[in-house]
Amino acid sequence: MHNFAFDLAHLLAGSLVLVSLLLLYQDRMYALLNVFALHAVLLALSVGWQAHIQDAPHLYVTAGIALIFKAIIIPGGLRRIVQRLGIHREIETVVGIGLTMLAGIALVALALVVMLRVTAGADPLAREDLAFALSIVLLGLLMMVTRRNAVSQVVGFMSLENGLVLAATGAKGMPLVVEISVAFSVLIAFIVIGIFLFRIRERFDSVDLQTLEDYRGERG
Amino acid sequence: MMAFAHNAVELVLGIPLVAGFLLALLPGYRLSAGLNVLAGLLTFLASLLLFVVRPTAGPFLQIDDLNIVFIVLNTFVAFTTSIFSATYIAHELETGRLTPTYLRFYHAMFQIMMFGMNLALVANNVGLMWVAIELATLTTVVMVGLYRTHEALEAAWKYFILGSVGIALALFGTILVYMAARPVIGQGLDAMAWTVLIRRVSEFDPGLLNIAFVFLLLGYGTKVGLAPLHAWLPDAHAEGPTPISAVLSGLLLNVALYAVLRFKMLMNANPATIPVGPLLVTMGLVSLIFAALMLYRRRDIKRLFGYSSIEHMGIIAFAFGMGGPLANFAGLLHMTMHSLTKSAIFFSVGHVAQVKGTQKIADIKGLTVTHPALGWALVAGVVAIAGLPPFGIFTSEFLVVSSTFARAPLLAIPLVIGLLLGIGALFLRLGGLAFGEPTGSTAPVEASYVPLFAHLAIVLAAGIFLPGPLVTWFQHVARLLG
Repeated sequence: MHNFAFDLAHLLAGSLVLVSLLLLYQDRMYALLNVFALHAVLLALSVGWQAHIQDAPHLYVTAGIALIFKAIIIPGGLRRIVQRLGIHREIETVVGIGLTMLAGIALVALALVVMLRVTAGADPLAREDLAFALSIVLLGLLMMVTRRNAVSQVVGFMSLENGLVLAATGAKGMPLVVEISVAFSVLIAFIVIGIFLFRIRERFDSVDLQTLEDYRGERG
Repeated sequence: MMAFAHNAVELVLGIPLVAGFLLALLPGYRLSAGLNVLAGLLTFLASLLLFVVRPTAGPFLQIDDLNIVFIVLNTFVAFTTSIFSATYIAHELETGRLTPTYLRFYHAMFQIMMFGMNLALVANNVGLMWVAIELATLTTVVMVGLYRTHEALEAAWKYFILGSVGIALALFGTILVYMAARPVIGQGLDAMAWTVLIRRVSEFDPGLLNIAFVFLLLGYGTKVGLAPLHAWLPDAHAEGPTPISAVLSGLLLNVALYAVLRFKMLMNANPATIPVGPLLVTMGLVSLIFAALMLYRRRDIKRLFGYSSIEHMGIIAFAFGMGGPLANFAGLLHMTMHSLTKSAIFFSVGHVAQVKGTQKIADIKGLTVTHPALGWALVAGVVAIAGLPPFGIFTSEFLVVSSTFARAPLLAIPLVIGLLLGIGALFLRLGGLAFGEPTGSTAPVEASYVPLFAHLAIVLAAGIFLPGPLVTWFQHVARLLG
């Protein structure tokens, strides 16, 4: 039983890393949002499984938030924004896809090397969870750096947050404060972003940050 | 007596929170500006109470010798800023840059931000502190974008994205600290409490702590504005309402620095971890020299002082990185003096930009002729921030430089070069701003001089004479910091 628990947790966390890599090269808005929804579903499953094996019922709340909020409400909302703004064309990536993928693989390798070496003494499930979580965080960062479009940067940021939730639930018995706060901060973050997108739309008829950057305060 | 003491902490947190909600409901800017000032004053008084009676540390909140310095400074500058804000905002309403609805929002956010910062300072739980800093950040993001111009939105967006990445990295570091603590302390709240962590940290796994600190330094370092993570800072300072620039520079950077210092204390208490001083010294020096060079090419007056904040946070990080009683003392003093001076500068810059109708340095000339009080206050502020005698920053910079010469003369060379570069750039700009042929409007300005001159007077007094009890207190805190 223990082995099965371990394997399934591993499988789910590993799939999250895989989906993070998938996110990197999605070049259409709707596809990007669908893959992100998959990311959130996997997170919900992973957190739910942790709740089961750690016998920590409060984690089911975190799993529920991930499922309902991140997998359904947010992608739905973003899809509407994309539709209304008419930006369901291709995403402009700054660096080529091949290069981005290579960088992504390098980051995963880096995360594994660093975390596994450092946490040699810790309990194996926790340390491998942590290594996966760090990979997801780094991939999220990479996505934020390589994308220029505001919506895809937000998706990158949320995938990064998913990695943090994975790490927080993998750390056994971490007080509830943090889990709720993580979910809560995502909520606030989304509201803020929503306001921003709304305003940016209102002012510029575009959420492309490249357009924004033409108005740098320093010039002129 | 004990119950009373707990009330003081609750007041420091409760007043801004309640005021925030009240201000969100109240229409009419005169009333809310007044209430804002009142809330600031009451919070400041409540923080002074903490000197008299100190509560024992609970699972979530604590007051100790270190954070009390930050809290008093925080609430004081918030109070004076609220006075400045009242006159500043009245002018913005007149010129129509802000509407009454936005103003309501602005006042509510101001108090919620104060709540967030105070909570971060009194938190005895690494998770709670993280939540509080996140809250303070989000409120400032909204305020930076308040004017809704192209530039303001871009600045707010940049601040939001970089700030979120920083705060995410900090959370990862926080989780790692918990992971390191759990095998020793056991599950639950104790494994996140500062008071427990610092006692047991020597038994933690040093490898995990090292990685955790790297993430925490990158994460909270972004908020401190240390190069190369500073990109949000000048824009956020330049585009938001000036009272927000004042609290950003004067307070929020300090709160983030406080978080870094707390974790540095943890690292110091575990002898097997890497020494963190050199990391801070390097980041500090890079920030100092980079910002000093950038000062030369600024055309926007608020952006100029934004870069100057990066420079000074660099000096402070450098001082704390050097460590030891003398350098830590200098760092604390410098932090206090910088908060007071920089917010005073922003108070005067805010009025200047309003009366001249521009933030472009080239369009502002001869201030001492057109607006003597404001102009000379700005001159005094810049002389102080450049680190010249007789102001307090001279004392602290002198201590940083002399302690560095005594212990690591090679490091003192880039430090001094950076400081001199900064002085040169500031005076180059000041010459045009304050003297020369006056340009622009000469209309009289309705300024709130009280907070401006109060800050400058304190900085001047500290430069001439540091009161004994303050010196003893800072020396004690400096020893705590290791």
